[in-house]
Amino acid sequence: MDPLEIARWQFGITTVYHFMMVPLTLGLGLLVAILHTMWVRTGDEKWLRMTKFWGKLYLVNFIMGVATGIVQEFQFGMAWSEYSRFVGDVFGAPLAMEGLLAFFVESTFLGLWIFGWNRLPKRLHLATLWLAVIGSWISAYFILAANSWMQHPVGVDLVDGKPVLVDIGAVLTNNTLLAAFPHTMAGAVAVAGGFLLGISWYHLWQRRRDGIDTVDARGRVVVGEAPEIPGRDAADHRVWITSLRIGAVVAIVGFGAVAITGDIQGKLMYEQQPLKMAAAEAACHTGTSFSVLSIGELGAQDCDKVTPVIEIPGLLSFLAKGDFTTDVPGINELIPQYEEQYGTNLPDDALYGDRAGQAIQYLPIMEVTYWGFRIMIGFGALAAFAGVVALWLTRKGTVPTSKPLMQLAIFGILAPFGANAAGWIFTEMGRQPFVVAPNPNPSGVDGVFMFTAAAVSPGVDGGEIVFSLVSLGLVYLVLMVVEIALIVRYTRAGVAGVMPELFAPHDDDTPDPDGDAGDRDDVLAFAY
Amino acid sequence: MDALPIVWFVAIAVLWTGYILLEGFDLGVGMHMLFSARDEKQRRVMLNAIGPVWDGNEVWLLTAGAGTFAAFPYWYASLFSTLYIPLVLVLLGLIMRAVAIEYRGKITARRWTRFWDWSIGLGSAVAAFGLGAGLALTTTGLPIDANGDRVGGPFVWLTPVAVLGGLALVGFCLVHGATFLALKTDGPVRERMGRLVPRLAPVALLPIAGWAILVEVNDGKVLSWVLLLLAVAAGVVGWTMARGRREGWAFVGFAVFGALGAASIFAAVFPVVLPSTIDPAYDLTIWNAASGAYTLTVMTWVTAVALPFVLAYQAWSYWVFRKRIAPHHLPEAHDVVPAVRVAAAPAER
Ligand code: HDD
Ligand code: HEM
Ligand code: HEM
Repeated sequence: MDPLEIARWQFGITTVYHFMMVPLTLGLGLLVAILHTMWVRTGDEKWLRMTKFWGKLYLVNFIMGVATGIVQEFQFGMAWSEYSRFVGDVFGAPLAMEGLLAFFVESTFLGLWIFGWNRLPKRLHLATLWLAVIGSWISAYFILAANSWMQHPVGVDLVDGKPVLVDIGAVLTNNTLLAAFPHTMAGAVAVAGGFLLGISWYHLWQRRRDGIDTVDARGRVVVGEAPEIPGRDAADHRVWITSLRIGAVVAIVGFGAVAITGDIQGKLMYEQQPLKMAAAEAACHTGTSFSVLSIGELGAQDCDKVTPVIEIPGLLSFLAKGDFTTDVPGINELIPQYEEQYGTNLPDDALYGDRAGQAIQYLPIMEVTYWGFRIMIGFGALAAFAGVVALWLTRKGTVPTSKPLMQLAIFGILAPFGANAAGWIFTEMGRQPFVVAPNPNPSGVDGVFMFTAAAVSPGVDGGEIVFSLVSLGLVYLVLMVVEIALIVRYTRAGVAGVMPELFAPHDDDTPDPDGDAGDRDDVLAFAY
Repeated sequence: MDALPIVWFVAIAVLWTGYILLEGFDLGVGMHMLFSARDEKQRRVMLNAIGPVWDGNEVWLLTAGAGTFAAFPYWYASLFSTLYIPLVLVLLGLIMRAVAIEYRGKITARRWTRFWDWSIGLGSAVAAFGLGAGLALTTTGLPIDANGDRVGGPFVWLTPVAVLGGLALVGFCLVHGATFLALKTDGPVRERMGRLVPRLAPVALLPIAGWAILVEVNDGKVLSWVLLLLAVAAGVVGWTMARGRREGWAFVGFAVFGALGAASIFAAVFPVVLPSTIDPAYDLTIWNAASGAYTLTVMTWVTAVALPFVLAYQAWSYWVFRKRIAPHHLPEAHDVVPAVRVAAAPAER
């Protein structure tokens, strides 16, 4: 078994999985912190209900990010020891900073927030959530600093063939990072927007189906109450319509931000990794147009077989350079350049194992880069479009009774997740065959690069990695089902599921079960 | 400049010790939830005793790992790749345990809580065992070649030393967790644990003493022997206090035992971080495994600034949650039911 191939699958699967939880954590965390702030400032119970409901889903998801993140931290040493040795001088620092400056803050203050209801003063309690959320954003910054360095190595000198850190400031202000961070964060916010939108839609729809809310002759909502269903009071309607509108607006704004920052990333990519850009466009010849659809065997890594179907002249130049006339270099022109600079064959070195001396395939798998890029943009745009439609359809205060439309809103939650995963798969696979991409331009340090084929742990055998791939994969699969089941359960219960005290108030006359009177107030507001 | 690798050796030792002391009782509590609790109420009391703080404690592990990567990349690379399989098991244990803590109370059905009890209990046990084995091996040696790569296949780490180290950490966590529960809870759990600790400690702490003595006999220095003797003295104090139900002092005694025990082991092996059992020439030491001086300087500054804050706010969170948890503090567990009109939705329960 080829350890390299398996290790790549293993890393890709675990990381993409981790990045299913992460954007929701980042985006939803911010929104919950804002909702909680609104409650503290206005005292309006609507905001409290929203904080508790969305906060619960946030926590259900958060823990999965934590659990899968631990794997990420260990993986580099386990499966990519040669990589860890090569980049250790630079790469470990942001990871360690992430732990020291972000994870500690995040986890400690989140614990304080979860258990701090009624125990901490209101404002201090709110501050703990903000600190936790800011901690998670800082953690994203550091991990993206590490990743951006792999795309665009800066701040190092080449000593004895190894990068040696000379300027941590350069690593932490890498232009790739300054573009990737807002882009990723905006993507995360878009995820949270779609999430709020879909789930709130479900509740408004459910209220209508149960005959609680009706519409008048002009289509305007008439809010009702159903006292026999816990949680279905009039205020409940305000919870969901507000959530829905916030979600829709956030999805639209998130997409706008993603488009602007993505454009900046595209320009950097053109400069730093021109072959990735060309592969993303299946641009074989210099001056190819941006195509919305190309057919042919993109995966064949052979340009003769690609036929663009719908082309938009000028757009590719705009993506890459900001004008409509620059000819973006094509694959046929770039590959000889790469071959000249980095060789046609892998070095004849034991590090490369069976691959030593083999010809280098510089072109990433075009099917992945081409479609990854389009899925990222397409799914993101879809979510933003859904936001616009939702705002229009709910302008009179509720949603239509159509069931398919409700199902579409729920299903649409997945779109921004898909966009995020596609973006990462495109970014990471487009970097191949390098794990640290060479940057032969004035802002990069030339000569610092590493082939993926040299990165894998020499001492580890394929069977071991298969073991981890299979066992982690199975556990991840089961946990995914469990997480979704819990989210569905809380979603269906609505606010009553997270605030039972509100709808079934404690009867203070019942005898104290332990008989040790006087401690009703002692009961924790939350406990596992 | 040569001081930096030494500083970082100490820093890594501190991070690992912090992890063992803090998450040590979380892992112990996890095992006691499965093996020592009598009923659902007791399990919930135990779980909530660590509820607000366990995640913060776990970050000590992440930081120890990432700190090793930053300061001693060659150590990180060789140790983690050599221990591939045990680390996968540790990860599986930590994953199941983390998710279990959060999800256990979300549904009240007995099958559900039982499943997560096993996840917490076994997950904690496997994680403690695997990490203990790994730490023991990095102090006694693994078959690594000149490049730092493992020779001899996926299971060469499976030695009596690994088993000893695994048992050592499991045993310590059991004692530490029980002492913590006696200190942090009230009612039946406090009572049970108060009775358990004096009986458990003399047996459960034997393997860790065995590991320490093994290391001392091989590499001991005056300093490390002194630390070991102090550790044993602290352990005896802890045990005596536990017998007298002085819960606070018992906890301090065993914690100091753990800290000094770890310190004595690290002091003994210094400056070797991962000996090679093939040829001492291949040993990884703080000199040949470290990052460059610039990286170490940067990390030293970051740590010097950040760690005091970390200690301060973690201490504050323990202060906020300082009250003992008693059964009557726990809100009734409630089930989450769909908010739908039943007549309109016959498909719903
Ligand atoms: C909701 C998610 C989402 C949406 C709608 C978009 N992106 Fe994106 N994109 C990501 C989520 C994402 C990501 C997953 O977060 C990536 C992967 C790596 C990164 O930094 O961000 C990414 C990477 C990424 C890269 C690769 C950078 C590199 O490899 O160096 C480019 C060029 C763009 N994006 C450009 C765009 C453009 C022009 C968009 C259109 C409007 C767009 N993205 C929408
Ligand atoms: C700092 C963050 C990250 C680092 C340091 C990192 C590093 C790596 C490394 C070392 C590999 C293995 C070598 C290779 O095959 O290229 C890899 C591959 C991969 N990563 Fe990342 N990654 C990061 C973030 C992400 C994220 C967030 C995702 C997705 C959500 C992702 C998706 C992938 C995929 C899909 C592969 C497989 C590519 C392939 O095998 O061709 N990465 N990355
Ligand atoms: C391959 C590289 C990655 C590593 C080594 C890594 C490491 C980790 C670890 C260890 C945790 C758990 C922290 C805890 O216990 O509290 C975690 C969670 C998290 N990660 Fe990752 N991660 C990676 C990729 C990413 C990327 C690319 C991002 C963001 C853009 C990210 C953002 C986060 C955030 C915000 C959290 C905290 C929220 C949560 O737990 O869901 N991670 N990560």
